[in-house]
Amino acid sequence: MTMLDIQDLRATAGDAEILKGISLTINAGEVHAVMGPNGSGKSTLAQVLAGHPSYTVTGGSVTFMGNDLLDMEPEERARAGLFLAFQYPVEIPGVTNAYFLRAAYNEIRKARGEEEVDPMDFLDVLEAKLKIVEWGPEIMSRAVNAGFSGGEKKRNEILQLALLEPRLAVLDETDSGLDIDALRIVAGGVNKLRSTGRSFIVVTHYQRMLNYIVPDHVHVLAGGRIVKSGDKALAHELEARGYEWVEALHGVPA
Amino acid sequence: MSSSVESLVNREYKYGFVTDIESDLAPKGLNEDIVRLISAKKGEPEWLLDWRLQAYRNWTRMAEPHNWPNISYEPVNYQDLRYYAAPKTTTPLGSLDDVDPKLLETYTKLGIPLSEQKLLAGVAVDAIFDSVSVGTTYKAKLAEQGIIFCSFGEAVREHPELVRQYLGSVVPAGDNFFAALNAAVFSDGSFVYIPKGVKCPMELSTYFRINQAETGQFERTLIVADEGAGVSYLEGCTAPKRDANQLHAAVVELVALDDASIKYSTVQNWYAGDADGKGGILNFVTKRGKCAGTRSKISWTQVETGSAITWKYPSVILQGDDSVGEFYSVAVVNNRQQADTGTKMIHVGRNTRSTIVSKGISAGRGQNSYRGLVKVLPRAANARNYTQCDSMLIGNRCGAHTFPYIDVQNASSSTEHEASTSKIGEDQIFYLKQRGLNTENAISMIVNGFCKEVFKELPMEFAVEAQKLLGVSLEGSVG
Repeated sequence: MTMLDIQDLRATAGDAEILKGISLTINAGEVHAVMGPNGSGKSTLAQVLAGHPSYTVTGGSVTFMGNDLLDMEPEERARAGLFLAFQYPVEIPGVTNAYFLRAAYNEIRKARGEEEVDPMDFLDVLEAKLKIVEWGPEIMSRAVNAGFSGGEKKRNEILQLALLEPRLAVLDETDSGLDIDALRIVAGGVNKLRSTGRSFIVVTHYQRMLNYIVPDHVHVLAGGRIVKSGDKALAHELEARGYEWVEALHGVPA
Repeated sequence: MSSSVESLVNREYKYGFVTDIESDLAPKGLNEDIVRLISAKKGEPEWLLDWRLQAYRNWTRMAEPHNWPNISYEPVNYQDLRYYAAPKTTTPLGSLDDVDPKLLETYTKLGIPLSEQKLLAGVAVDAIFDSVSVGTTYKAKLAEQGIIFCSFGEAVREHPELVRQYLGSVVPAGDNFFAALNAAVFSDGSFVYIPKGVKCPMELSTYFRINQAETGQFERTLIVADEGAGVSYLEGCTAPKRDANQLHAAVVELVALDDASIKYSTVQNWYAGDADGKGGILNFVTKRGKCAGTRSKISWTQVETGSAITWKYPSVILQGDDSVGEFYSVAVVNNRQQADTGTKMIHVGRNTRSTIVSKGISAGRGQNSYRGLVKVLPRAANARNYTQCDSMLIGNRCGAHTFPYIDVQNASSSTEHEASTSKIGEDQIFYLKQRGLNTENAISMIVNGFCKEVFKELPMEFAVEAQKLLGVSLEGSVG
């Protein structure tokens, strides 16, 4: 089954065209790594899929589980099962993680036609999810991402991923700023959430996370286009030869 | 950002209706005869009339404040206002047994049922309609413990010695322009006396309603907590939508004797004017408490979302040793609203402590100023103050301003001031939308988080009300 079908997607930020015609098809259960140097457009792709208002889509189409994704508000995309793990998770001072997570959980449940859960029942739901990121309940009484370390913020993203059970998860440089232990926990969490019905787009600059989350397909972005696609071996080749290799290959100025 | 939000900005102010009721009106204008008329209408004793007249004479020598507050408004034409408006009813007001059904209906529409069958559980209410008190609930039950809770007019008649002892003892008749005006023409308000050692078993509440056009509302509240007494008091307010500004110049005086505590909470939702700044209430209010006794405590909590212009500084005079003053405030301005609000903590006694937590939220073209004074007098050894003053901006056409004054005359005291300014970011809203929340709920969550330290000071039912109110006030503020 096709989860996501991107055809010739173009997008601008201000006057600058950042995505210059991206086409990519992702089937249910697949993990696609999107790699590329800084400025290649890989984070923009993640943000555009989630509907960030700073970007304007100027061409192409995106179909998500048969629906026109670009026609949906960001919250509608979330409710339809698209999840973005943010590169820079946002702090919400004064709002406890427990309150925020339950609000999000109930929004998603409502969208699926399920009953909302009260705070007590939610604690039971959380208990299992916290195990996925090897966390205790104390994180729930802290304000959302406020004063969290870089690693804690990323773990919180994966906790939300576990809780909201999306159909498609886009991980935007989830490995950046993580030490090796945090990377192991975060990647371990993602692996536990892999399933035949769920797809992933793993956006990353480095190959190291792909040692933990082994992709089915690897795409290299340069200058707003996918310039090369392959299997996991491509990631290793990139690690060895650097991005200049693909950029030179396709005449993209470094 | 989202069109659904823009459509919500035009949501009607839901308390903007007018009650069609015939009123007993004073002629327009202000002079000594009007002062005498008001006093006569209320059957007041000579000493109170003299006090009013003295206040009126003081007032004529004072000037409306325009220079120092960070607000701009057309000078009020005091001769074009009415100073007394009372609904004409066939039965005397004050008893709830046979109140005009139109008045009962008004309060029911406002969510404040006054009829005995539907009383708010655990909250006693004094309902003020224009210049008079419509009635007070649970009066008899409170009287069993010696608690006096009644309209100001009734207190003057029934408890003149208490009123005379404390009236003007915290806010003197000549304190400032609006307080002097209020002293001259105040029409009604609430009076509370909690006797020695009694903790008031329920929340006391006043609900203010301005109905009549071209009428000012000048109510006066006096709360006295005797030694070891405690009370929590709530105040709510609404007014119909009208094109012209309406003046509200109230005075609230609190007196806490030894070991007494008073908690005063306000959710202010006067009509704020339209999106272009037309109409709305001019809310020029003097609120002050005196911690007269040792170990006494006075706490102000306010959530201010309404009014075209707010000029208000609920303050505490910390006179008794070891007394405590607190001020927790959320002030929201949207559209063309202006607010100049804050507090004064005057440390007189030893070991006195004060806490100020101010949260200002500015949206639309609103201008929000925090103005605070922390004064430590020479005798106030070991006085301590902590001030936290946070501003949040929504959009880029609004303003947040802070004017903190600190005047310390005792070297053993300590004062702390923390301030921050933040902007609700598109990124914060997007993050929450990506988790399934719509824009309205996202803003509400962010703003409620910002105000959390203040909301937790409110009584439970009020906190829920305040959160809802904040959501409504800010709808459409992110464009």
